[in-house]
Amino acid sequence: MDLQFTPEEQAFREEVQTFLKDKLPKHISDKVKAGQRLSKADQEEWHAILNERGWLANHWPQEYGGPGWGAVQKFIFDNECALAGGPRIVPFGVNMLGPVLIKFGNAAQKSYWLPRILSGQDWWCQGYSEPGAGSDLASVKTTAVRQGDHYIVNGQKTWTTQGQHANMIFCLVRTDREAKAQSGISFLLVDMTTPGVEIRPIRTLDGDKEVNEVFFTDVKVPVENLVGEENKGWTYAKYLLTYERTGIAGVGFCVAALAKLKVIAAKVHKNGKPLDQDPLFAARMAQVEIDLENMKTTNLRVIAAVAGGGVPGAESSMLKIRGTEIRQEILSLIRRAMGPYALPFIEEAQYAGYAEAPVGPAEAATAAANYFNYRKLSIFGGSNEIQKNIISKMILGL
Amino acid sequence: MNFEHTEDRRMLADTLNRFVAEQVGIETRNRIAYGDNGMDAALWAQFAELGAIGALFPEADGGFGGAGFDIAVVFEALGRGLVVEPFLGALVVGRALGAVGTAAQKERIAGLIDGSTVAALAHDEPGSHYALSRVETRAVRNGEGWLLTGQKAVVVQGGNAQLLLVSARTSGAVDSEDGISLFLVPGDAARLVRRGYGRIDGGHAAEITLTNVQVGPEALLGAEGQGYATLEQAVGYGILAVCAEALGAMEVAKANTLEYLQTRKQFGVPIGSFQALQHRMADLLLEVEQSRSAVINAAAAIDSTDRTERERALSAAKVTIGRIGALVAEESIQLHGGIGMTWELPLSHYAKRLVMVDHQFGDEDHHLARFIALGRN
Repeated sequence: MDLQFTPEEQAFREEVQTFLKDKLPKHISDKVKAGQRLSKADQEEWHAILNERGWLANHWPQEYGGPGWGAVQKFIFDNECALAGGPRIVPFGVNMLGPVLIKFGNAAQKSYWLPRILSGQDWWCQGYSEPGAGSDLASVKTTAVRQGDHYIVNGQKTWTTQGQHANMIFCLVRTDREAKAQSGISFLLVDMTTPGVEIRPIRTLDGDKEVNEVFFTDVKVPVENLVGEENKGWTYAKYLLTYERTGIAGVGFCVAALAKLKVIAAKVHKNGKPLDQDPLFAARMAQVEIDLENMKTTNLRVIAAVAGGGVPGAESSMLKIRGTEIRQEILSLIRRAMGPYALPFIEEAQYAGYAEAPVGPAEAATAAANYFNYRKLSIFGGSNEIQKNIISKMILGL
Repeated sequence: MNFEHTEDRRMLADTLNRFVAEQVGIETRNRIAYGDNGMDAALWAQFAELGAIGALFPEADGGFGGAGFDIAVVFEALGRGLVVEPFLGALVVGRALGAVGTAAQKERIAGLIDGSTVAALAHDEPGSHYALSRVETRAVRNGEGWLLTGQKAVVVQGGNAQLLLVSARTSGAVDSEDGISLFLVPGDAARLVRRGYGRIDGGHAAEITLTNVQVGPEALLGAEGQGYATLEQAVGYGILAVCAEALGAMEVAKANTLEYLQTRKQFGVPIGSFQALQHRMADLLLEVEQSRSAVINAAAAIDSTDRTERERALSAAKVTIGRIGALVAEESIQLHGGIGMTWELPLSHYAKRLVMVDHQFGDEDHHLARFIALGRN
């Protein structure tokens, strides 16, 4: 039993730290630390920097361009990035579609799409959820009907994160209307510039427009864009959802957020004294710090268990639930720390370059909006209630 | 990074788990725990023979372990069986002896390891309510030795102890860290009165009143007035021990509750098929895993020479175990329904121990405040 990193792991950590110090652009990390919204260009810039270093698709096999890291290295890398203010990479191509293509795609699909994911030539988005099909993905209604060399796609997808930037979307579509819920679904790659694809933004409660609705009206998709076999898409969809979840707890983001909270609580005053001297606020901060310390070790334990190369199963559900709860609690405390200055909402101040003086403390500009935005954490990727269902079934055998 | 125990430690855990499962079934345990002595001398001797006590001490003190993870492994196994024999006193008193004892004093550790001496820490007082530096008991010089006067509260296995480690003030204000001295006092010393009683979670404790109890100069453990640091370290071992013990008890409570959900039928189906209960059970599992992480963190930190790091990890673990111990107890009872309320069900005894762990060495609130204070230093 040894909680310390080995000398090799420690050396790797230092290598990552050096890379971040040299290569992570300050204009990006400043935005991340301030909780400001990132532009498409920011995200493409970071994507390209990681790709150049060979660290972008860090869980892909080496033959497809991965660095050959194990679970511990991925954990270290994710953590160090988060601590340095590196943004979360856009996951849809690299983390989601990539592994599905590697496992289920044919040779032509792999050689065509994978390099384009790495280069950033394609910006992918995810066409899973539909109105009426949130966590219950098997009830998708969007249809794809085979006509010669094409499928004709009709239907609607929703909650399409960053779809406004995307040129490609991977979709779950129903190819057999007679089949029961989970069979009869296929996994299709759709070019969003095809006639009949229409995208409309959904404004979220924090005023942001990062999610969208995507409509399909008689959209022609070439049959070679079918991944794997027709009507077997559910298998691929599930694989995508369970793949590579050692990072799902977001420990690095939690640690970075807690550090930010501590700085704020030492700076913001309540009745002449720093907020971190207030016994109740200090107790709330201490409780979440303790939960996070425990979470770190729980995460490392899961990683150590899969370090042989496996993929964590239902344990990742535990990490997801507790990791998102902790992050949401920290964001809630940052909001509370702002006191009445959490109320002002200036949309322009959600972006870098807002020229006016801040209303209240500088951190207040984004505190409440971020708190609201990150309510999504416990909903997406399978809501936390779905995760509890998974634990009940897979670990507890209930 | 490595979360595997060493081969030796795994063998120790296996041996101890097997012994506890085979020799200390719940009926045996309850007979002992709620009996006249609150411990069983023969069983204690068997534990000693197995090496379970020796595993708590480093080789330099005559043991064959003593690292944080050795202690955690032993007490987790004890927790699985709700063992009430006086391991805690042996650990806390023995580690204090090992830390600052003279050569002659350290010789007494052998008696702890072979089970011939039952030891207890007599520190808490009626008004201290977990505050470690609050000591009203006084020691004044009398000839070569000392006269001790005061009252000690809820001394675990105090009635059975042949050796008491008594804290007493030799100088300073009543709550000052300076001026606390530690004394080795025979359990049957003259003018030392013990009022023994059973505990709600099994095992015995005692209120101890000292009225001009005379001890010799060799009774002073460590330097006069400098006992606080030793006390803090010894109590730190106690915190790790009861946290690991609670973890073992949680695992059993969890397993029992899960089995009940799978077998108990209502409305024609196992109650574990109800989502309301499934989600509570999933939460329980998650919390127990967080507890295990807290114990690992504490076990890793306890040998650290950095006081803040060590004590923060210990307080963090105690906060975690305090909250989750009570949660597991309450949820296990609730998920069992009426049967969970009965003495007959083994679970109820696990539930009691899990709640009462929070009442030893400082509760959740105490350690949350301490965690905060340590972070400010």
